[in-house]
Amino acid sequence: MIVYAIKRLLQSIPIVLIVITLVFIIVRILPGDPAVAALGDYASKEAVEALRNRMGLNDPLWLQYFKFLGSILRGDLGKSLITGYPVATQVAQVLPYTIQLTLSGIFLGYLFGIPLGIAASVHRNKFIDYFNRVFSLVGLSIPAFYLGVLLMLVFAIKLRLFPVVGGGDITNLRENLRYLFLPALTLGLIMTAYITRMTRSSLLNVLRQDYIRTARSKGLVERLVLYKHALRNALIPIIALGGLYIIVLIGSSVMVEIVFSRPGLGKLMVGAIKQRDYTTLQSVMLIYALIVVVVNLITDLIYGLIDPRIKYH
Amino acid sequence: MRQQDELITAETSQTMRLWITFRKNKTAMAGGVIAIIIILIALFAKWLAPYDPLIQNPYNRLTGSSSEHILGTDDFGRDVLSRIIWGSRVSLVIGISSVLLGMVAGTTLGMIAGYFRGKIETVIMRTVDVLMCFPDLILAIAVTASLGSNLINLIITIGIVMTPRFARLSHGSMLSLKENEFVIAAQALGAKTPRIIIRHIFPNLFGELLVAGTLWVGVAIRLEANLAFIGLGVQPPTPTWGNMIREGINVLINAPWVSIFSGLSILITILSFNMLGDGIRDITDPRLRGE
Repeated sequence: MIVYAIKRLLQSIPIVLIVITLVFIIVRILPGDPAVAALGDYASKEAVEALRNRMGLNDPLWLQYFKFLGSILRGDLGKSLITGYPVATQVAQVLPYTIQLTLSGIFLGYLFGIPLGIAASVHRNKFIDYFNRVFSLVGLSIPAFYLGVLLMLVFAIKLRLFPVVGGGDITNLRENLRYLFLPALTLGLIMTAYITRMTRSSLLNVLRQDYIRTARSKGLVERLVLYKHALRNALIPIIALGGLYIIVLIGSSVMVEIVFSRPGLGKLMVGAIKQRDYTTLQSVMLIYALIVVVVNLITDLIYGLIDPRIKYH
Repeated sequence: MRQQDELITAETSQTMRLWITFRKNKTAMAGGVIAIIIILIALFAKWLAPYDPLIQNPYNRLTGSSSEHILGTDDFGRDVLSRIIWGSRVSLVIGISSVLLGMVAGTTLGMIAGYFRGKIETVIMRTVDVLMCFPDLILAIAVTASLGSNLINLIITIGIVMTPRFARLSHGSMLSLKENEFVIAAQALGAKTPRIIIRHIFPNLFGELLVAGTLWVGVAIRLEANLAFIGLGVQPPTPTWGNMIREGINVLINAPWVSIFSGLSILITILSFNMLGDGIRDITDPRLRGE
């Protein structure tokens, strides 16, 4: 297992390097001069030129690239072109909000999704199964921001149970949870749709296997067949594909943050695009990509841990 | 000649058989019918929309449902129903064209990588891996920001996001398909590589591509709506469902219908493509047949 883990970890390194390169390229393609963006459209030519020199924008591209690579590897994300504060500080301020939101969404998704999926596959073609199919089809189709708007309309505007927008003080647990509830529910419901559907099809697939028939024919109680023999095997794809859905969820979290004006990486990124704040933009993109790489890594490691066959490949 | 006739008959009956299975699949049928209706609405928007979607009427702002304006009016007094009808064009054109673009580019790259293996495979598939490290929306936001947001650029942007998905799909299938005996037979008969790929391998991939393509039209439409909601979509005053929800959010308390109905249109459209895609998969996947 340790050898497998190290091997898998080493495989991530070139990916991360190429990701850094790609972010560098994308941000250089962006139209508009970052120095002009920082100083405003009315800045004098001399001021812009001076800033370009200070920012290293007049250096040859390869030199800019190595400087960029060097500072990233030292953990220095540069300074925001607009506010002048270090990007790392800004990111550190909002990252807990995004992580909290995404983790709550994932947690709710598994919490509702797995029992619903089990119920649907056990009571196949009964009411609960039909309900689940409709629910997951709608959940897979609905844009996160629209679901967010609907929940906001019902629970915050009409029923006034929760605050409409904002993030709340993250150190004040009570207030924080009140602000977290609707955004987390939005992501949670979408995640539930994915998990329910996956659990159902995975479990149905396992229930058809010969070893289940064997377990049943030797007179085992159905409950044991289901939870001990079937569910354990059905969980393998649920975990493997779970990583994929978490990545989808991270994308949706951007939209949820915008709908609920909740501080977070997504809101930071969209703000950066609108203000042409390239240093912030490239850092946020990089962090998103790193999160995905880490999620993939963890998924693979868990996969290797629960399914011993994987390690030998 | 005779042989050719027989081939067509065999082929036709196969299509007929699929069509019969398709008609029996209620989800797929419903999805297909709704999708066709939405496409027709988009095509005939000019005749179907009761009002000009751009004409503002300051005396008639934010009115609820009435006999003149079935879905009410928005903040500028524009007819919501007419704007929804016209908005379908942007969503469908971007959704369908970007998937086609991604399909052509991605499938070509994926098939080349899978067939030739070696260095070219490494280059193509590693690039795909890296592109897939960015959540769809993050990549789309960055690319739109650099290309600018008009209809063509949005198609290119979402096409770029779709390309790695199709590349990964067709690469995987290519790896297994190319080991088949019919490919080895074609090679042994001296068929040229392009012919083997296009005539022998591609048709076997087509079903999978069709399923994925249909499902991903939904993903592409959602991506376009997301970008529009952020403000990076086709710019106002052109109505798109995404920017209608965005405008509706400012008047959510007094006039929730603007957002609700625009969002409902997005939901129904994506739902119809998902139902259709799921249905086609059930029909074309022999393992699921008869369930």
